[in-house]
Amino acid sequence: MSRQGTRGVDPRKVNGELFTLTYGALVAQLLRDYEDDDEVNKQLEKMGYNIGVRLIEDFLARNNSSRCNDFRETAEIISKVGFKMYLGITPVVSNWSPAGDEFSLLIENNPLADFVELPPGHNNLNFSNLLCGVLKGALEMVQMDVDVRFVQDQLKGDNITELRLKFLRRLEDAIPVGED
Amino acid sequence: MADEVILEYLHMEIVNYIYRSSEKPDQDNCLSKLESIGYRIGQSLVERFTKDGTRFKDELDTMKFICKDLWNFVYKKQIDNLRTNHQGVYVLQDNKFRFLTQLSNGKQYMDYAPKLLALPCGLMRGALANLGINSIVTAEVTAMPACKFQIQIQRT
Repeated sequence: MSRQGTRGVDPRKVNGELFTLTYGALVAQLLRDYEDDDEVNKQLEKMGYNIGVRLIEDFLARNNSSRCNDFRETAEIISKVGFKMYLGITPVVSNWSPAGDEFSLLIENNPLADFVELPPGHNNLNFSNLLCGVLKGALEMVQMDVDVRFVQDQLKGDNITELRLKFLRRLEDAIPVGED
Repeated sequence: MADEVILEYLHMEIVNYIYRSSEKPDQDNCLSKLESIGYRIGQSLVERFTKDGTRFKDELDTMKFICKDLWNFVYKKQIDNLRTNHQGVYVLQDNKFRFLTQLSNGKQYMDYAPKLLALPCGLMRGALANLGINSIVTAEVTAMPACKFQIQIQRT
């Protein structure tokens, strides 16, 4: 590694950048494949979902976290453990609904959107929609049906990126037909 | 490091997406799409890597950069073997390629391997292109999880 010194690159940082650039290239490809922003959002969410249902296993294997007692605890774990571990950020949990079934994750600097500027004419595109899918997929695997969507996005000129999570219902383990 | 996992998941999902979205299984078209995504990544990656670095001496120096630094950043290890015929063909061998380690070592997934190698091929071609070297990059798997990348320099 004689060159490493001369190139002056922090490998840990680059690792994150590689992910960001890969994600950016994917979105660019999706925009070429579909004309409609909504369709791109849908595809991103679907891909996120597929990642989420597998990522939760990795998450549970790495953490010794026990079952959450309520949705508030879940919110804390998502932010302080999940986001921290995989993306290196800790979104702020806030804007709880009075019933305690809905909250927001406020993201200051979204790593997915580093180096990104939205091209004109894509007002409906949720660039980081993959995140919605990941959260939905992961939570579904721990018996929670949750609605996840973007409310604000810094890429669209908002002050902050805001993800809204709404608890819909508890999923029961489905037993395959014919088995008791 | 946990964040390495998400890159692998993302890569797998990109591959799945490309194959899911093409109406009839059109192997060539899918591979070239994956390749072009990789090309884009390689281009921007190398731009960020080398902006503060010293100029490369020659082609071999550039190749060494690809095999050591770039490989280390992207695939968490160095290339195990680099060979060249000194006429513009380089063969890079990786005995334990990052994107193949999740597959079984047997022959079962041999057909699947090219799908996982298209994006890395493009990545390398994009990186080289941005360093001023036009090339054709191909990959082959002889025994999992080892693979060989062949770079043919295009001189005009």
